[in-house]
Amino acid sequence: MNAVIISGLLGVVMMFTSFLSKTKAPVRVLAIAGAILLLIANVLESKGVHFFSINTSGFMAFNSYSLFFNSIAIFATLVFFLISSKDMQKVGDHYAEYFALLFFILSGIFLVTSFTSLLILFIGIEIISIPLYILTGSAKKDLKSNEAALKYFLMGSFSTGIMLMGIALIYGATGTFDIEKMNLAQLMKSHLLTAGMLMLLFSMCFKVSIAPFHFWTPDVYDGAPNVFTSFMATIVKVGIFIGFIHLFYTAFNQLTLQWKVWMAVLAALTLFIGNITAVFQQSVKRMLAYSSISQAGFMLFALVAMNETSYEGLLIYSLAYCLATIGVFGVVSKMTDYSFDGFNGLAKHHPLVALCVTIYMLSLAGIPMTAGFLAKFYMLKAVIQSGGYLWLVIFGVLMAAVSAYYYFRVIQAMYFKDGPDNFTGISSFEKGVLIAICILVVLIGLFPNIVFSYLYF
Amino acid sequence: MIALLLILVPLVSGLVTFCIKREEQVRTWSLLSAIITFIIAILGVAVYSTPDSWTFKAQWMGLLNSSFSLGGDGMGIMLCMLTALSYPVIFLSTWTTAYKKINNFFGLMLLAQAGMMGVFLAMDALLFYFFWELALIPVYFICSQWGGEKRIAVTFKFFIYTFIGSLLMLVGILYISSKTAGNSFDITAFYNTGLAPKEQGWLFWLFFVAFAVKMPVFPFHTWQPDTYQQAPIAGTMVLSALMVKMGVMGLLRWLLPVLPVASYSWGDTVSTMAVTGIVYASLIALRQNDMKRLVAYSSIAHIGLMCLAVFAEDKSALQGTLIQMFSHGINILGMWMIVAVIERKFGTTKMSDLGGIAQKAPALAFFFVIIAFANIALPLTNAFIGEFMMFNGILSSGVTQYGIPLMATAGLGIILGAVYTLNMGRRVFFGNTNALTEKGTDITFHEKAVLAIIVGAILIIGVYPQPLLHSFDQISQSILKHSDVLYLLKKH
Repeated sequence: MNAVIISGLLGVVMMFTSFLSKTKAPVRVLAIAGAILLLIANVLESKGVHFFSINTSGFMAFNSYSLFFNSIAIFATLVFFLISSKDMQKVGDHYAEYFALLFFILSGIFLVTSFTSLLILFIGIEIISIPLYILTGSAKKDLKSNEAALKYFLMGSFSTGIMLMGIALIYGATGTFDIEKMNLAQLMKSHLLTAGMLMLLFSMCFKVSIAPFHFWTPDVYDGAPNVFTSFMATIVKVGIFIGFIHLFYTAFNQLTLQWKVWMAVLAALTLFIGNITAVFQQSVKRMLAYSSISQAGFMLFALVAMNETSYEGLLIYSLAYCLATIGVFGVVSKMTDYSFDGFNGLAKHHPLVALCVTIYMLSLAGIPMTAGFLAKFYMLKAVIQSGGYLWLVIFGVLMAAVSAYYYFRVIQAMYFKDGPDNFTGISSFEKGVLIAICILVVLIGLFPNIVFSYLYF
Repeated sequence: MIALLLILVPLVSGLVTFCIKREEQVRTWSLLSAIITFIIAILGVAVYSTPDSWTFKAQWMGLLNSSFSLGGDGMGIMLCMLTALSYPVIFLSTWTTAYKKINNFFGLMLLAQAGMMGVFLAMDALLFYFFWELALIPVYFICSQWGGEKRIAVTFKFFIYTFIGSLLMLVGILYISSKTAGNSFDITAFYNTGLAPKEQGWLFWLFFVAFAVKMPVFPFHTWQPDTYQQAPIAGTMVLSALMVKMGVMGLLRWLLPVLPVASYSWGDTVSTMAVTGIVYASLIALRQNDMKRLVAYSSIAHIGLMCLAVFAEDKSALQGTLIQMFSHGINILGMWMIVAVIERKFGTTKMSDLGGIAQKAPALAFFFVIIAFANIALPLTNAFIGEFMMFNGILSSGVTQYGIPLMATAGLGIILGAVYTLNMGRRVFFGNTNALTEKGTDITFHEKAVLAIIVGAILIIGVYPQPLLHSFDQISQSILKHSDVLYLLKKH
């Protein structure tokens, strides 16, 4: 509970800082300090220190898994602040408000990762979504940003409606919102329940951009200001994924067994569409949007497998994916040209930055010795352990090879081609953060134990 | 400890190389590292010949039941020796080649060496996969950054081919590990899985594709000629002399013993592919005008023969393969050195532009003739022993009914090999000089020295192969024991 309340409070505090401070530096410092405070509070909670004693039984349950994921989300946010908070100045004047919205989104994510009642899931999803609509349209003078926000808002509200309908139907079938109390075994054949679950599934798929519910993603990611795309594509996405797996693992476990094949089809479709479309992109930003779809396909493996390995694997996936993607976006948002050609010769002008991007790309492609490899490894292992679906595993690795194609295009551009310097420069502090992320990516890839034995296991 | 050092020395020195600024220092440092690695390998073979000194085991990924487990058997030690020997030779033979950002080049070369050593020594499937990729990534960068004109596209094709192969292998590794007791990745656990023949049937291809692309076996070879031609010569040497052996070793260590029934039942299919590759590559080599492409295609033919011998599953054939792995590494290294010298001297490797070099560079021609003889496996050269034993084994193989037709077709490769190799010698070295070769000079002392090492190795192994053969005795026995299909079929 610590994290939910403190992040909510931090959101409110950040709203007021814009009145109190004329300059932007204090706002940024406050936000970063807030994120650190949040991280400490959450880690303390996982060690049994509760700041607030609120009875949440029947609504939320904070177990070590959700707390650990929350720590990952906060840590990723902290990294995001460190690397991208200066770029938020470019978006518009409401600097402090952006931070406020981000903290609100975080508290929404905490609700989604720890819900036991479908109502809380719904509220959490909405707390995440509404600030996101605003952030997408935050570049007010940019038509593309406006269009993206409108699209996102319309599609998002539509999916929210479907979700609400689904929850209502499930309530009708089971008589409870509490996912732990639903006695689904007896209701397996209820049409009401099936319809409700399908609706819930579709709306969740929409939120994490699983094909064929992904159409909003490239436009919104492309239209939204870079910094917020980075946040949306990483922390928000994996947060909802945790909720997604929690829902199906706890509530619909038996039902999912029958549905597994459809989950597998969704995963395969997502991988296929995400990867194949990414190949044809000319802009790195759009490529990353489609690649985030394909990464969601891999995360969906966790729902196909539905076992311990996948449950843990999703944590590693979240961390690996967030770190690398935030790093890449941190660099992309400092480029004046987002196309692949814009990256030409980056290694010559900024060797260190290029090296960092290379490591992120290797991680996203799943090359050994990086965190990304371990993440993909876990997902593949989970599916193989669950028995069956080998076609999906083989299809997955073939698609991973396709993904290497576009990730390596960036590396090729940076190292093997020449071009003007399109990088607008970076402070030595930010450079330090980029390198720190790299080290973390490699360290997790080589010795996952050091991270996980301290925090969770 | 030896095993660990063989990986650590190039790894650490490779990382250090990235930070060195001055060109001379980079070269000296890398050569020093390569020589130290070579000395460690020699010590490993000579002083500490007990297998225990090559074993190393440490905790690694406890979460995944994978450990950092290294070990040396006859094959692993031989391949480490080949790698350790090749590196100083490669560095010395390209000593005068100028590179942009030389520190990165040598750093990557050393990292690739560490990766290959790891591949040859890993006794844990996940670790093996790690090193397999660690060896690939630096070579990708080497070829893409320092290669010829079409390097980017060509190397990328190579990378994607091998990456697909290795990912499929990863699926296979994961599947087998899920069938072992305690989800282990240990090699002995892999050997004792006793998978059902049906499972083995498709698992076989997951592994085989990875190895076949690396070797390369027809029809997975299409990346090879272009890559060999476009890569910088040092990169080509690493690829053809060493990385190719990763594939052959994969077959012997990870495929045959782990999936014996499938290796038996798919054996004839694979052998047919190998034989097709031999004839096909030899025929294409005949028509080449570029020396680099000729050597590349001849390499496909040689590797095809090794693949054929592996699946003959016969003791003589296996020993022949093992000795041929070593010999081929040395011969092709020599071949590339000669090509490199010619390219540096005359700026071209097109045979139609060359001719009569023997008149101007007699020493080079002398070395070439011996290496060419080794390439066509004439008696008294190292390749003769290997090819003889392989053919002998294929003929007497108990697992295939097609020993004679396979051997007869593969034998065409030898005849064609003689034709194109001698033809290359005739067109490049003999005949009259032309305007281009008129100004040629002979090779320098240090080039002579490096070529002498290679020729020395060719002749020594060719005349007295017994110690090498002896060291392969145990490993070939053990491979055959694990893949004794007739026994296993009875058990099932």
